[in-house]
Amino acid sequence: MSNKVNKFQILNADDDELMRISQEGTLSLNLDEMHAIQKHFSELQRNPTDVELETIAQTWSEHCVHKTFKSLILYSEEGKETEEIDGLFPTYIQRATEVIDKPWCVSVFSDNAGIIEFDDKYNLVFKVETHNHPSAIEPYGGAGTGIGGVIRDSLGTGLGAKPILNTDVFCFGLPDTPYNKLPKGTLHPKRVFNGVVSGVRDYGNRMGIPTANGAILFDSRYTANPLVFCGNVGLIPRDRCDKSVEPGDLIVALGGRTGRDGIHGATFSSAELDDTSENLGSVVQIGNPIMEKKIVDALLQARDQNLFRSITDCGAGGFSSAVGEMGEGTGAEVHLERVPLKYEGLAPWEIWLSEAQERMVIAVPPDNLDRLQEICDAEMVDATVLGSFTDSHRLQVLYEGETVADLDMKFLHKGLPQHVKKATWQIPQHKEMQSRDKETEDYADDLCQLLASPNIASKESVIRQYDHEVQGGIVIKPLVGVNNDGPSDACIATPIIGSEKAVIVSNGINPKYSDVDPYISAASAIDEALRNIIAVGGTLEKTALLDNFCWGNPDKPDRLGALVRAAKACYDIATAYGTPYISGKDSLYNEYRDTTTGEQRAIPSTLLISAICVMPDIRKAVTMDVKSPENLIYVVGNTYSELGGSHYFDIHDYIGNTAPIVRTNEGKLTMETLSSAINKGLVRSCHDCSEGGLGVAAAEMAFAGGYGMSLSLTNVPTGEDISCDDFLLFSESNSRFLVEIEPKNQTTFEHHMEGVPIGCLGQVKDSQAFIVHGINQKRVINSSIETLKSAWQTPLVP
Amino acid sequence: MKPKVLVLRTAGTNCDVETDVAFQLAGAKTDLVHIQNLISGNTDLSDYQILAIPGGFSYGDDIAAGILLAVEMKHKLRDALHQFVEKNKLIIGICNGFQVLVRTGLLPGIEGIKEKTELSQSATLAMNTSAKFECRWVELDTQQSQCVFTKGIKPQLYLPVAHAEGRFNAPNEVLAELASNKQVVFRYSNGKQSSSNNIDYPDNPNGSDADIAGICDKTGRIFGLMPHPERFLTRYNHPRWTREDLPEEGDGLAIFKNAVEYVKATFS
Repeated sequence: MSNKVNKFQILNADDDELMRISQEGTLSLNLDEMHAIQKHFSELQRNPTDVELETIAQTWSEHCVHKTFKSLILYSEEGKETEEIDGLFPTYIQRATEVIDKPWCVSVFSDNAGIIEFDDKYNLVFKVETHNHPSAIEPYGGAGTGIGGVIRDSLGTGLGAKPILNTDVFCFGLPDTPYNKLPKGTLHPKRVFNGVVSGVRDYGNRMGIPTANGAILFDSRYTANPLVFCGNVGLIPRDRCDKSVEPGDLIVALGGRTGRDGIHGATFSSAELDDTSENLGSVVQIGNPIMEKKIVDALLQARDQNLFRSITDCGAGGFSSAVGEMGEGTGAEVHLERVPLKYEGLAPWEIWLSEAQERMVIAVPPDNLDRLQEICDAEMVDATVLGSFTDSHRLQVLYEGETVADLDMKFLHKGLPQHVKKATWQIPQHKEMQSRDKETEDYADDLCQLLASPNIASKESVIRQYDHEVQGGIVIKPLVGVNNDGPSDACIATPIIGSEKAVIVSNGINPKYSDVDPYISAASAIDEALRNIIAVGGTLEKTALLDNFCWGNPDKPDRLGALVRAAKACYDIATAYGTPYISGKDSLYNEYRDTTTGEQRAIPSTLLISAICVMPDIRKAVTMDVKSPENLIYVVGNTYSELGGSHYFDIHDYIGNTAPIVRTNEGKLTMETLSSAINKGLVRSCHDCSEGGLGVAAAEMAFAGGYGMSLSLTNVPTGEDISCDDFLLFSESNSRFLVEIEPKNQTTFEHHMEGVPIGCLGQVKDSQAFIVHGINQKRVINSSIETLKSAWQTPLVP
Repeated sequence: MKPKVLVLRTAGTNCDVETDVAFQLAGAKTDLVHIQNLISGNTDLSDYQILAIPGGFSYGDDIAAGILLAVEMKHKLRDALHQFVEKNKLIIGICNGFQVLVRTGLLPGIEGIKEKTELSQSATLAMNTSAKFECRWVELDTQQSQCVFTKGIKPQLYLPVAHAEGRFNAPNEVLAELASNKQVVFRYSNGKQSSSNNIDYPDNPNGSDADIAGICDKTGRIFGLMPHPERFLTRYNHPRWTREDLPEEGDGLAIFKNAVEYVKATFS
């Protein structure tokens, strides 16, 4: 055997030796898995080659196979019997979609992205990915290749979708973290922030895809483990959504050359970070957006000429996972020496595993190869035949004529033993904060402080660095209002210029509530994503969801218990609202360990829910900026005394214990009724109440529209007795909106909303004054929209 | 006769589809053509009356924005381009396309293409004074100019810009000549005074000399601009369509219609 291939001596290895092999090779395989591999090769009476063991490790990695979400979980909650859950994903996510059973779901959870129907010619694909570990070590490259990767997911769905929209959500440490408080070996949040934004900007802008939606959150626990969520929506012809592989089809690699970059990315992301992770430079990939743009240009032409039968991207695990997945049902034979390299000297396993960017693999019937080659030549894209799909049901890899891997597809894809994991959940107790009504009669300062807090403050400096206009279809932009600078609830795109048919994209994320209960946090994230869809003119009926879990180490029962709580909420809330999941992803092991002090920290349990809604007529859309003086401001939906995990408590250094729960009966009625009011043209502007509650939502609507407001809290509908002004102003109860109604439509609107709690709070004023009267008619806020806006526009990076 | 537009593409071009749609809405027949097809001779530039160089990041804008595509055009398409210009045909470069036209010397083209053996660059589009990529809508004042594309157009237009290298920069004598030749087509405006000079950021989004947003050559048939007219074709592109009374047609479409009308009048 070639001296470039080594064998791992596992046949006679004891448990310690097996784990040493796993750890030294960054394989992230546990003892059960090593045993399964040992058993398999004992039956074959030989040791595995490095190519084989690495292939198995990639295929079985958390990143590729999501084993935590498929494991058997023994879940115990204080005072309750232990519950056995056979897989979080099948039980709570996939089953929700099955129960909801929407006819417009074309493909869910099976392809690289979910597919839903759009119009009579096209479907939409949507996927959100994370690129957390690479972004912690090399923010610019990590984030750029994050967006590059998710674009390839759209391109690798069906027979290839055209990317039309990007969405990005980031979680960073606090920008004012003192340098001497930085965990050892980690980058300062400002540097991570800058690098990530620049990376996404340079990749997305060069690809010519509008980045029109997103969010940025800050919490000290993200300092060592920043989160980078990158999403992409694609447009695909309805008759190009299915793929297949036939024996005899050629395995063709398209795009970039292969180098040593990104080796072990998949297994690396299945481990915790520590203060030495910064030395792992080679696990981070290097991006080249123009290469990817060329691939898109070439592939979409080849797709339209029907030149290939299947496609997938080279993401985590490189060729090993792309070819392994495509050939799962047939078999595949690959010749590694044919792979174009960036430089000489790569061992066969490195070529096979490299996560070098901008590479796609397609299955091409031999008769189509010449035509494909012509297109690739014209677009200046390399296309290389690496081998062919077979009917052997084996994954056979050769290097210079020698077999370096020969694996049974069944063992590779089905041989992974199911994990059994313990999960526990205990209700935390935090100090409770009392209303400050007795201490103060003026909440203007609190409102300004909330508006200036980094989670709420304007993200304009970031948004403007992204091209959100390219492709000419973004019709509700991320910034709206009289000066184009108010915070839009969601973005709307018309993928076909001149058509009224549109797609809405929004997101919801509430990690602060996880400190009270991850169930509430997850439920609120769904409610928030849906509120944002409704607020701009969408409907629950045509909305699908994506789930992206970022969690700590799931091998620790308390972290896993939190994950169980969140997954349960995902099922309960989605089925109640009738909004199916079409795709999702998880990134676990977001923990940091200081190897000298042994100090361990996890991120807050973070679920990002992304929502996508098909809107029949863009002309029905509304924005959040108030439109004209004398119009009436209504609150829609009940307020409860729910400030646990709220931003108001946070600015006073409390967490509290009553985070906002989702009452799906109320929420569904509220959203459906309001949605039809908007579609009837009864609503001039609409903004959802989220971080900072009513107070922040009203202020944002006012200064975005350039008009003052005079409001009173006496008419706020409440689900329970609330007798303090600050709680009414800043409670973050779910399923609530503020709307602006023209006086001539007042009766029609009130009539239309019958059955839904609403209250008229006051009016838009032709002045700068922003005034709120409390429940006792006293003025509790006397400010101006200029003051409030300038607080909100406090620069994010000091 | 339907005017024919060649929308030029290369690696990194990314505003080609909307530019193509804009010309179609204006009544032209369009083809998206990769520069390799022009160089190889598969496509003949002389079959077209309008050449459009759309926005994007041609060849990644490596070295500087537009420079590699400009070099390629100057050296590999020199004769075809020369003939195209000689025959009084139209060229429009938007954003990256404008950067390309400036780097080929076709704009401002003050020396005149015939007198010089080598096209030379007399102005540039430099890094924005904000030192970063920015996407925002800007007010433009239409200037009295020779430009065929802006004939009879509204005195004020509202269009988006999205670029990092858009600061029009030229020596004073070039700026003076541009003004006296009526080659300045659009200036950034603060919506208050007309034809003012040196307005502030962000109304002048990139710090351009004399607030210049777009220029033409001496004939008015070659036109380049940083703002994107192809991104404002319908009222729903406008950032404030939910709060303002606007016509159905966007401000940008008139530019493409003018080009189509010129070709119909000149070549039929």
